[in-house]
Amino acid sequence: MRTMKSIIFAAAAVAVSFGFAEVAKANEGIELPQQIWAQSGPFGRIDKTQARRGFQVFKEICANCHSLGLVSYRNLRGIGFTEDQVKEIAASAQVQDGPNDQGEMFMRPAIQSDRFVKPFENDKKARVANNGSLPPDLSVIVKARHGGEDYIAALLTGYADAPAGFSVPDGKYYNKYFPGNTVGMPQMLFDDSVTYADGTKATALQEAKDVAVFLSYVAEPTQDERKALGVKVILFLVVFSGLMYACKRQLWAGLH
Amino acid sequence: MALYPSKFKNPLINWIDSRLPIVTLMHHEYIEFQMPRNINYLWAFGAIGMLLLMLMIGTGIMLAMQYTPNTGLAFASVEHIMRDVNFGWLLRYMHANAGAFFFLAIYVHIFRGLYYGSYQKPREMIWILGVLLYLLMMATGFLGYVLPWGQMSFWAATVITNLFSAFPVVGDPIVTWLWGGFSVDNPTLNRFFALHYLLPFVLLGVVILHVAALHITGSNNPLGIDIKGPQDSVPFHPYVTIKDIFAFCVYLILFSVFLFFMPNYMGHPDNYIPANPLVTPAHIVPEWYFLPWYAILRAIPDKLGGTLAMFAAVLVLFVLPWLDTSKVKSMVFKPLTRFCFWLFVADCIILGFCGANNPEGIWVIASRLGTLYYFGYFLVLLPLLGKIEQPKPLPASISESILKGGGSVHAHGATAQPMEKA
Repeated sequence: MRTMKSIIFAAAAVAVSFGFAEVAKANEGIELPQQIWAQSGPFGRIDKTQARRGFQVFKEICANCHSLGLVSYRNLRGIGFTEDQVKEIAASAQVQDGPNDQGEMFMRPAIQSDRFVKPFENDKKARVANNGSLPPDLSVIVKARHGGEDYIAALLTGYADAPAGFSVPDGKYYNKYFPGNTVGMPQMLFDDSVTYADGTKATALQEAKDVAVFLSYVAEPTQDERKALGVKVILFLVVFSGLMYACKRQLWAGLH
Repeated sequence: MALYPSKFKNPLINWIDSRLPIVTLMHHEYIEFQMPRNINYLWAFGAIGMLLLMLMIGTGIMLAMQYTPNTGLAFASVEHIMRDVNFGWLLRYMHANAGAFFFLAIYVHIFRGLYYGSYQKPREMIWILGVLLYLLMMATGFLGYVLPWGQMSFWAATVITNLFSAFPVVGDPIVTWLWGGFSVDNPTLNRFFALHYLLPFVLLGVVILHVAALHITGSNNPLGIDIKGPQDSVPFHPYVTIKDIFAFCVYLILFSVFLFFMPNYMGHPDNYIPANPLVTPAHIVPEWYFLPWYAILRAIPDKLGGTLAMFAAVLVLFVLPWLDTSKVKSMVFKPLTRFCFWLFVADCIILGFCGANNPEGIWVIASRLGTLYYFGYFLVLLPLLGKIEQPKPLPASISESILKGGGSVHAHGATAQPMEKA
């Protein structure tokens, strides 16, 4: 009985603490359409085919303005690109290197270990090219936004005409899900904005979901490894706790 | 020249122990040490806290080998740990989540002490050192939260250090001194890193004192009565060690669920946005384990008053042993005080929710009433109830209470007895 009471007490304490965390987050909420993601949940894994399609969307559309500065080309291997494919993808970008023996900076094709080459040299240039708005780096964007992948998919497909009386400043666009509803990025994804090699129908929502999966992967390339290790660790701990509980019972039995 | 008469037979251990009787000390404190036999699983949370402190120091040292305390590099160096360091993601998530689980364990530990009167004479020193440990933990936790240099890091540092500016005359110079400049910037990050590395070792030192003081008086127990003979106690090893190990495992399962499946659950998404002094986040909220204090801070509609109330709310704990006038430790025997205690627990939870919500409407009123009850519990209820309430009669001894009068089983012989039930 006493044991049960302690356990209930501890469980209640845990529940309350995480209740706090939940409330602290729930404060800023616009209802997002909930998508089904292969990578969600302890047993969910990144759908690599979908992530590769997402990379195509990123490369052909997003990468014109958005950087991916924390991600290396070699990370693409984790969604099923072969080493040769990754080398080829990297080599299509030029990075500045040097100084060489003559003291000159020079350009060379990127290699696997390079970070993704940024579309603009610096933030100021990025702003000039984008009506004063700065396209954020997308490396950890899925972790940096409430709602994660759902938010990304909702934002990319959330463009609509502004409601009557809502004035959208010049160079801004109305979006149902962006905080404040005016965003510097115009709608970029339309049906058939890309052509998928695997025959998947490229609707705007499909493209948005695909790129969200890709961004989820690059935000944490080790997430599948983490979950797989977690299952093993927890299984071990459950068995080990059982053994320890049996030992405890046996030892204490002598006292009663 | 006399050597210590070590009783260990192994020649190497004997040689060491007779010159430095550390083996005897450990044997005495962690093997023979007598624990009340009626302690429940709430007594495991001190040891769980110790385990988590070790985990945090271990992971923290390894993280420090890869982290760069520079405003231009800190955010990227944390991502470097996540992406390029072997199992860096594991180290970092362990460190971040163990912080929250450390606080959780310590909160259970503190409330256990409050419920069973573990702060009362003769354990005042243990309690005072414990409150000091809690203060050190808060400081360390806050400093560590700043290091990833995300938006929440930067703005938490700004908000918290700015509290000191509420003090008249000395306030602003103190803030400039804390920052090492005129805003939260590179010198601030550098010193926060240095202090975040230093304080856990101070914490460890005070933990040793906390345990040393505990081993003078011995542990309290759910009945709050003293050990009266060997029938009331069990040796620390193996009885308490096995119980603690089991409790560790269960706690680690819970920890692992968060660590592996929802490692960012307790964090704030804004902390994955690099710090930007020009953009203030819509809501600046501390980590959940600071929310009740944050509610008290905001309950007083005056910056200085709020700051003082928040500090007073922690400092009042130092004098708790003298505020509680009751001669009986455990609230098991004090129904009225017990009722007030559970109200106090509820109050702390409500304050937590107040801290998480924007200070408007009902939350302002709730946080004011909550703050009032917080101080009322310590400054009015405990001093008064100790005088007024007539406790229920205490059992004659621990063993009598457990064995209902038949207490003659000798604990020391227990391992030799045949097993009665598995």
